[in-house]
Amino acid sequence: MSDLMTYVPGTSILHRTKAGTKVLALAVVSIATVVIDNLWLTAAALVLAATAAATARMPRKVLVRQWKAYLLIVVLLGGYQWLTDGPATAFHVAGGLAALLVLAGVISSTTRTTELLDLAVWGATPLKRVGVDPERFGIALALGIRSVAVVFDLARDVREAQLARGLGFSLRAFAVPLVVRSLRQADGLAEALIARGFDD
Amino acid sequence: MPLIEFAEVTHAFGDGQPVLKDITVELTERRIGVIGANGSGKSTFVRMINGLVIPEAGTVRVDGDSTANQARRIRRKVGFCFTNPDSQIVMPTVAEDVAFGLRRLRLSKTEVQQRVTDVLATYGLTELADRPAHTLSGGQKQLLALASVVVTEPEVLILDEPTTLLDLSNERRIRHEIERLDLQVILVTHHLHLLDGFDRTLVFDNGRLVCDDEPDQARAAYRSLAS
Repeated sequence: MSDLMTYVPGTSILHRTKAGTKVLALAVVSIATVVIDNLWLTAAALVLAATAAATARMPRKVLVRQWKAYLLIVVLLGGYQWLTDGPATAFHVAGGLAALLVLAGVISSTTRTTELLDLAVWGATPLKRVGVDPERFGIALALGIRSVAVVFDLARDVREAQLARGLGFSLRAFAVPLVVRSLRQADGLAEALIARGFDD
Repeated sequence: MPLIEFAEVTHAFGDGQPVLKDITVELTERRIGVIGANGSGKSTFVRMINGLVIPEAGTVRVDGDSTANQARRIRRKVGFCFTNPDSQIVMPTVAEDVAFGLRRLRLSKTEVQQRVTDVLATYGLTELADRPAHTLSGGQKQLLALASVVVTEPEVLILDEPTTLLDLSNERRIRHEIERLDLQVILVTHHLHLLDGFDRTLVFDNGRLVCDDEPDQARAAYRSLAS
């Protein structure tokens, strides 16, 4: 199972902090980073992310795996921004994104999915008035979070199967089995949810 | 034990080929085995009991409730374990997955915690409570799947080939746990020795219920079909 978005047991202060506090902090940093175009703020967000990662005392290999997963998109985005808008914008956009991804990774690694689910259910309670079932909303969100790791694992399995058969990289040969396996996984999960009584 | 009734049940999937043909049977025993070749209809048969498959013709009832319109109520009584436990794991860690099934029962946090602690201890999973569920061994995953269903305290437990993917030692462990369960068990299996001591065994062949007897007679009938 991929370490992305997966809880890592621990006793750090971040593990003991309530899910709501962590998510609120992430929301504040996200809004500030996106809305305020200031390089010092981006640098501060990066420092905050690094401090949070260190404070969480997560195993180094988990951090490296998480960061490797984000690296490509951050580099591609940063490179594009550098070419089109210059280095300052590249640092603001890619640096801000990197900070937010690291913070999100730290939060998901130090917070049980059940806590996030409870938080989502609590947050969605006012939507009851417009016909939204908070429990269903929370479960959908929790499954979404978990699916990120599941799809990463499926992608790795597909790639390994290709390598085992001596095939080079082909986007079509990679994407088709990945989509088929993802749909099968979704079918199995849906059936399991129904069997466990979550069909209402 | 809950009364499970199949009345003139016939079912076909998309290709129109019937997978179950005119099944009429009542199940009340504590231990019921279901055997048959691959594609004989046995998995479809048990999936109908908790409404995962609704028959095209005929009715399936559990304690008088029809799966066609009371499936939700029935699923509170009828738990289901799949062949591949991976498809049953919903939450990332062992303890969270066990607790997940209890959400629909709307219990207090204390009671959820107590039930999870108890069931993890029962199945020897306490040490693994915070482990990512997908990193467990095949046997541990099947125990987790079993624990996740048993914690909801169903009256009937359906196990669809729970030992197919397991080695001998884990198969023994699962068999031992099945023996200890104090509820009605319906076991689909290719491992015929698991049916020792069962009250009744059904044999399916090509969508039809061809034998309904004690395990020894049913196994003999199945072997003669396979030979």
